[in-house]
Amino acid sequence: MGVPDVSSGAGRPGSARLRSELKRYPSLAAGGFLAAVVVIVAIAGHIAPPHNPLAINPGHALEPPGPGHWFGTDQFGRDVFSRVLAGTGTDVVIGLVVAALAFAVGSAAGLVPGYLGGWIDDIVMRVADIVMSFPPFLLALSIAVVIGNTVGNVIIAVTIAYVPYIVRLTRGSVLTARGSDYVLGARAVGASTPRVMTLHVLPNAAGPSMVQATLMAGWAILDVSGLSFLGAGIQPPSPELGVQVAQGASYITSGQWWVSVFPGVAIILAVLAFNFLGDYADDKLRGQGG
Amino acid sequence: MPGLRIEGLCISIGDRDVVRAVDLHVAPGACAGLAGGSGSGKSLTALASLGLLPRPARVRAGRILLDGGETVAPDRDRTARVRGSGIAMIFQSPRAALNPVLRVGHQVERVLRRKGRRGDLRQRCVELLGTVGLLEPDQAARLYPHELSGGMCQRVLIAMGIASEPRILIADEPTTALDVTVQADILDLLDDLRARTGMGMLLISHDMSVVAERCESISVMRQGAIVEAGTTRAVIDSPRHPFTAELVRDLTHPPGTGHEAGG
Repeated sequence: MGVPDVSSGAGRPGSARLRSELKRYPSLAAGGFLAAVVVIVAIAGHIAPPHNPLAINPGHALEPPGPGHWFGTDQFGRDVFSRVLAGTGTDVVIGLVVAALAFAVGSAAGLVPGYLGGWIDDIVMRVADIVMSFPPFLLALSIAVVIGNTVGNVIIAVTIAYVPYIVRLTRGSVLTARGSDYVLGARAVGASTPRVMTLHVLPNAAGPSMVQATLMAGWAILDVSGLSFLGAGIQPPSPELGVQVAQGASYITSGQWWVSVFPGVAIILAVLAFNFLGDYADDKLRGQGG
Repeated sequence: MPGLRIEGLCISIGDRDVVRAVDLHVAPGACAGLAGGSGSGKSLTALASLGLLPRPARVRAGRILLDGGETVAPDRDRTARVRGSGIAMIFQSPRAALNPVLRVGHQVERVLRRKGRRGDLRQRCVELLGTVGLLEPDQAARLYPHELSGGMCQRVLIAMGIASEPRILIADEPTTALDVTVQADILDLLDDLRARTGMGMLLISHDMSVVAERCESISVMRQGAIVEAGTTRAVIDSPRHPFTAELVRDLTHPPGTGHEAGG
């Protein structure tokens, strides 16, 4: 019994592997590029914004894009470029936090009922059904309005609306993994129930919900900026893309388009980045064939 | 009474008994065979000994004793405690029985750690993989199941099975998924381990030739009941039940000519 020469790219240098991966999956190239841009933009806005995104300068209100202010200034004379950088950072961080929280909570809440079944399964899944019967954005909106719109509360509101989708997905995969031979095998050599759940079931059942969580980071950006646009999310003067779109909305008709359009484009790019990455993760998961 | 003793085991699904009044005994260091077609209840009997019956099935009557103590239903805690160190089981499809996302060495180490061993887990794991006949065990330990052949996966499974030093090892069709030459190697390995560790073994197979060649005693199961039991010699030389006679008759034919015992 010798050890076989392992195929599938092990042993090749990382850069070559990355290059062939990029060629095979255009969604990785697109998503990776956009995500890199978005992250660099967010970091740049945090450490070295060209202007203070909060500094008001009434003398320079609503100046069009130019050499001093690349994206122009808004109605308070604040630099739109600096605000887009800062706002992208805010939204991306919130999107990632929401996705991570929804994944963590949803995985745990799907794993336990999926594996144990019985009344705990009934209760958790009925609660999930109830939450899912509301459109996620409307639910997040109502929760945010009720609990008050701080950054933390907005994150909680959107996470609550997303968790049941992860619960559903995780439970489904857990049901499959639970009946697998390796779970029976692990139990037959003495593995305890918590160990089987965390070591054998969850890692094999987490794939689909990880894909979902990646996509959720994008949706969360959309929902958070949407909430902020409606005034139920992040509050002005905090730099946040939805807030900025809202503030510029009334000036579009009078020709000062730059106040809304630049943050709007930033939202689109950030959401696209996560969608492409989610697509890639999905392809990758399906490609494995189990 | 040392060893594994199953007395009057009845397993039912709903109102129907799928295993009826099964008696079996596996003495320490001995190899007992359980033969029978698919659906005859062999695997359910084995799973019941571990308290791992799939949900609708349950033990309706009977006792399963390990070294004189009762191990099975309704006392689930006791069964769970005995699993691994008392009775361990290895399965038919070696690749599917290994967790695809963990390195095989890690999976063996997990069993060792459960046993309460500390310290040189890695070294002990590599030793075990060597014991079950993997060449370059230290390298093999770092591989994932999909990087191993079926025979190698089965060896890893056996390593996991014996890692907890069970008193009884149940091997459910351990060679069915493997080709004939590997089959013989695996069965030799199991014989060798049994001789070395003194554990009792219950070898389950649909293949009478495998059971006849390796076991001292044979029980033949059909439709949930044991139709014949005795020493291998007695069962092979003078089968009393027509079903056994049929299985034995197939044995005398060369392989590949109407071997119909399986499933």
